Amino acid sequence: MRMTKLFATPWIWSFIGAVAVWLAAVIFTGGHGAGGMITAALSLAVFTVIVGLGQMFVITLGPGNVDLSLPANIGLASAVAMKTMDGNDGMIAVGLLAALACGAVIGLANYALIRLLRIPPIIATLSSSFIILSTDIHYGRGLQIKPPQGFADFANVQILGIPILGLFGVALAVLAWVALQKMVYGRSVLAIGQNMRAAKLAGIPVERVRLLTYTLSGALGGINGALLAGYFRGASVDIGNEYLLSSIAVVVIGGTSVAGGKANVPGIWGASLFLVLLLTMLNTFGVSAGLRLLLTGLIIVGVITAAGGHKAGR
Amino acid sequence: MSDLAAKTARAPRNTGRLLRTMLPALSMTLILLGIAWLNPRAISYFGFSLMLNLAIPIALATVAQMFVITINELDLSIGTFVGFVGCVTATWLHDAPLVGVLVLVAAIGVYAGLGALIHLRNLPSIVVTLGMSFVWQGLAILILPKPGGSAPEWLTGFMGIKTPFVPFPIIAAVVIALVVHFALMRSAYGAVLRGAGGNQQAIGRAGWSLLKTKVIMFALTGTFGVISGMALIGITTSADANIGNGYTLLSIAGVILGGGEFVGGRVSPIGAVIGALTLALAASPLLTFMNIPPDWQVAANGVILITVLAARALIGRKGG
Repeated sequence: MRMTKLFATPWIWSFIGAVAVWLAAVIFTGGHGAGGMITAALSLAVFTVIVGLGQMFVITLGPGNVDLSLPANIGLASAVAMKTMDGNDGMIAVGLLAALACGAVIGLANYALIRLLRIPPIIATLSSSFIILSTDIHYGRGLQIKPPQGFADFANVQILGIPILGLFGVALAVLAWVALQKMVYGRSVLAIGQNMRAAKLAGIPVERVRLLTYTLSGALGGINGALLAGYFRGASVDIGNEYLLSSIAVVVIGGTSVAGGKANVPGIWGASLFLVLLLTMLNTFGVSAGLRLLLTGLIIVGVITAAGGHKAGR
Repeated sequence: MSDLAAKTARAPRNTGRLLRTMLPALSMTLILLGIAWLNPRAISYFGFSLMLNLAIPIALATVAQMFVITINELDLSIGTFVGFVGCVTATWLHDAPLVGVLVLVAAIGVYAGLGALIHLRNLPSIVVTLGMSFVWQGLAILILPKPGGSAPEWLTGFMGIKTPFVPFPIIAAVVIALVVHFALMRSAYGAVLRGAGGNQQAIGRAGWSLLKTKVIMFALTGTFGVISGMALIGITTSADANIGNGYTLLSIAGVILGGGEFVGGRVSPIGAVIGALTLALAASPLLTFMNIPPDWQVAANGVILITVLAARALIGRKGG
């Protein structure tokens, strides 16, 4: 009974998928590097988890809500963080705050475009991403900016084989879960996603919640940029490129409804691990770049099809 | 005129409605005036031939995107699909035309299949097409690992036609806009197709197959994606797996600039083509004439989008 209940949860399949691709990779290597793969996957998955959580809140707001500015946001924030830190260990906290603020301002600007100019979120975040990208190119001069040694070391620290970033990601997910399920804010996001008019009539401050959500997504993108630059030892313009697809993909694979009003936090972790381990598996198989892209795409479409669509809200 | 009236029936004033319909053309006129003011010599046969050189593939990709937007879906793979078609055109279509044609027809079949899959399993098209964008890019790299290949001669010949008085790209744009306009906006079945985006249940209850509308619209997207990729290679004469990547965002922006909306089956083929031309004109010629440094050229696209949409919101507020 309990087991069937567990299998009915929307997020369990992403974890099963993650374990399956990990096992396939381990069998291929004959057991070599099984633990290392998990450690690496934990670190890499965190970056997708961070932006995935922000994207999850945005998508839960209802149809049409999506943040396409995340890749540009991550790129700019990584440059802002690294320039603020300026290779100086004493400035790490300031740099992180700067990245957070940069992301939050981008989120605010996105919301301003959506609200004041009544632009659909897809186009608003798309247009702002063009402007952010240009700002980044101009600001970072297209160069790789190195992080301070202390920050780079910190981003790569492991405690008993568990990367510190992984712990951070889990803590963040727990916070997101509490915010979604136990706080007025999260319940409001869900209510707006289910029926915006009803939510408004019920007295939920719809616009304030939307503002908070876009700002939150931006801020998480900003923090992600700083951490990525630390982990990969340098900021660059295209550091966030892959997070356009992955941030949306983990939300959907993790069991959050694209129609809004239904979110799932554990699924974000499962889906992120699945995507990272999938790449690890294809890399251990030694497939060419073209074939890797082809298989990644086919598997994503396959998983979405298998997970099935949720019945439309109306 | 009746469906236009029905569409904007909520706007009580005629001027607002008219302004809104004219907005895509108005913004393009403004861009053209800007170009004429900065560099009068550009407003000539050769000027337009050069400036609109790459506008045709962009316009075709935008129309492709418009078909899926009509039924409330989005295609985030159109850019990599155009790249894939480009690679097929520059290799197989040149070396073994029959194989090339078969592959391209099969690709349109894949699009039709995606439409069926999305409808039957009730899947989010954003994610399915994001996944497909990897598939097309992967296939393109497998077909053409390094930039190269060569376009079939008949194709470069066709894209290089020198028409009298009016440059070829302008004539092509007008033809594309009118053909799609009459098929989608003026035909009986076109109304059903748009209705599938406007009120799915009503169309379903009236006895039309919703599955069929999705399949047809996705197949049309695939078809115009194929034509776009071929036109692109006819101009560039060789291909690269990444050649179309920018088209995904450009095509969405073009549809919206042209007066389309994400939901409700409200689109405008003529507007979409004008939107694509506006973006193509604004993207490089205007910025080059204005001496905007390359750093900020991407931002200029964003600013244009925001300005036009802000203008539309203002007009909408006044009119409604």
